[in-house]
Amino acid sequence: MAVQEYIRDRFFPQMWCEGCGHGTILNSLLRAIEDLGISKSDIVMTSGIGCSARISGYVDFHSLHTMHGRALACATGVKMAKPELNVIVPMGDGDALAIGGNHFIHACRRNIDMTAIVMNNRIYGMTGGQYSPLSGVGTMATTAPYSSIDNAFDVVKLAEAAGATFVARTTTYHVAEAVTYLKKAIQHKGFSVVEIMSQCPTYYGRKNKKGSAVNMLEWFKEITGKLGSKELEDNPSLIARGIFVDEDKPEYCSEYNKIIERASKR
Amino acid sequence: MAKKKLKEIAINQSWCKGCGICVAFCPKNVLELNDEGCSTAVRPEDCILCKLCEMRCPDLAIRVIEEEEEV
Amino acid sequence: MTKKIKFVQGNEACVEGALYAGCSFFAGYPITPSTEIAELLAARLPQHGGTFIQMEDEIAAMSAIIGASLTGKKVLTATSGPGFSLKQEAIGYACMAEVPCVVANVQRGGPSTGNPTHVAQGDINQARWGTHGDHSIIALTASNHQDIFQMTVDAFNLAETYRTPVILLFDEAVGHLRAKLEIPTEGELHVVDRLRTSLPEGVNYHPYLPREDGRLPMSDFGDVHRYNVTGLFHDMWGFPTADPTYINDLLHHLVDKIENNVKDITRYKEHFMDDAQYVLVSYGSSARSAIHLATERRLRGERLGVLELQSIWPFPKELIREKCDSARAVLVCEMNMGQLTAHVRAAVRKPNRVFLANRTDGKLISPLDIKRSLRMIQGRGV
Repeated sequence: MAVQEYIRDRFFPQMWCEGCGHGTILNSLLRAIEDLGISKSDIVMTSGIGCSARISGYVDFHSLHTMHGRALACATGVKMAKPELNVIVPMGDGDALAIGGNHFIHACRRNIDMTAIVMNNRIYGMTGGQYSPLSGVGTMATTAPYSSIDNAFDVVKLAEAAGATFVARTTTYHVAEAVTYLKKAIQHKGFSVVEIMSQCPTYYGRKNKKGSAVNMLEWFKEITGKLGSKELEDNPSLIARGIFVDEDKPEYCSEYNKIIERASKR
Repeated sequence: MAKKKLKEIAINQSWCKGCGICVAFCPKNVLELNDEGCSTAVRPEDCILCKLCEMRCPDLAIRVIEEEEEV
Repeated sequence: MTKKIKFVQGNEACVEGALYAGCSFFAGYPITPSTEIAELLAARLPQHGGTFIQMEDEIAAMSAIIGASLTGKKVLTATSGPGFSLKQEAIGYACMAEVPCVVANVQRGGPSTGNPTHVAQGDINQARWGTHGDHSIIALTASNHQDIFQMTVDAFNLAETYRTPVILLFDEAVGHLRAKLEIPTEGELHVVDRLRTSLPEGVNYHPYLPREDGRLPMSDFGDVHRYNVTGLFHDMWGFPTADPTYINDLLHHLVDKIENNVKDITRYKEHFMDDAQYVLVSYGSSARSAIHLATERRLRGERLGVLELQSIWPFPKELIREKCDSARAVLVCEMNMGQLTAHVRAAVRKPNRVFLANRTDGKLISPLDIKRSLRMIQGRGV
């Protein structure tokens, strides 16, 4: 099967801007699912609001396009009610970490078996280029016309500290890596977070003079380094790519099943 | 194992938005943007089947189709 | 079969009703005075293989029940005061995406943190208009434990029938009152099951195309039909659309499916209404005092009746008109600044004959409070 077998092709060409990295994330995700051979009816994709959230309309799975920031909360309901389903939750940076920040840390803490993908383009694209909690100090945005003074979250550290049991980071330039990490994340029993740095040439790129999509992918190559590489060792200011956490811990639905067993004996 | 060779680089031009990612990062310069701004395979004979164009394409517009090499 | 009789809080009657109706999923967040519903379900649900989850906030709880409902479960959340405010975004989502779910709001004093441990009925209008945009909603209420049980079962039935969120507007007084509850035997009360599509795999299933009877058969997430659910205006497959015709049709459908069925949805009780010259319109724990007063005054030959509403939304305008138009005066008894009174006035031919008897200090409105207001209208001394 080709990746195209997993999409609702009547909605293509997709609505994202020319060169938007979100399409590449969709591409990588479908490749991961194809490699794993998961049946389309066994997947529920839950998204929030924003450019990222439109991803759920393009996939031929059960798709739940929810409210801004609430994707993980809705997904928790889906997963707890039917744990046999494979729940995948792509979110934007504002979606996951601003309005949805509370749901994000608590989903990590529960270690509920689902895959959260943070499609990090460091900007609110749908509303026209406002700064997000991942923009970082110095970013130009329509709501930061003199540059942002807001510190950014480090998603990897945040997810790890909150209790996620699989945490990885890559970019839309490093597509082979993205497919590998997404596969591992989906297979991982527990809460997985994959941050994929994604280019928004339309707003982030334009406002911050990063050039075209191609220039931004070159930039991702320059500013990141693989965990364990000499490159990263020599230049610690690079953003690390790789798998940061991969551990076995009691998963929430399995633990709740034990509660059911205990309660049924009463 | 039979060696694979390129059968076709199929580009769905109605989905391609012409971002140029496939063109810029093709290690063998197989692709170019045509007059309409869509990606086209101009030197398919140089393709090494790395499929990076297919994997990076945000529009899911590219398929690198392989076939077995005849012995 | 002997009936099970329990001595319980009103909140527990709600729990019993929910379980009777087939509720198998609850997500919530602790808040006074509704917390007992969560506590009791945390114990009861897993005993029957059901699921309880305490979420990180009210928003998440409401969101989680929406997700669970789409997998085919009957779902409940419970809240009070500020928690009900927080749930409004997702209640609107459930209206738009037509997700059956039940929200119990055990009312307390507001606005804001207000008066958590005391009674009020100030969420009447919020239940109707708390979320943004045009929509319609169903809200039920009850004044005693048997009715809380019945209305909870009805809430689940109506949620399934109309594919909509249903609000249970209880209040602190009835929620925390301990009284007798007779649990009906299985089959005694009608329970509406989830209507699922019978279409096989491969046949084009339209999750948002109403059948001739107006109902929309569902397909559970995980089953063979893969479709889209969104809070955007959508077409019959659930995909977003900006087509003006679709937008208009969907909005009208969301409102009409409820407003055109007011008769089917309306629930009420009449107490001494046959020859009543003065009508007390009331609901929830206020109705207890209204009924008490009417019972007492009847012994003295006073022609006083009570129309007890058990459904607030959609507002039973015609019922109000029919029952109140010939009355000398109508006294709406409620624990707010007259939220229902305004709607009763709008429903009758002579609005100047509609008066409010209220109490807004966190204390339960008493029969004497109502009697004082009544006497004032009548120009008589208490």
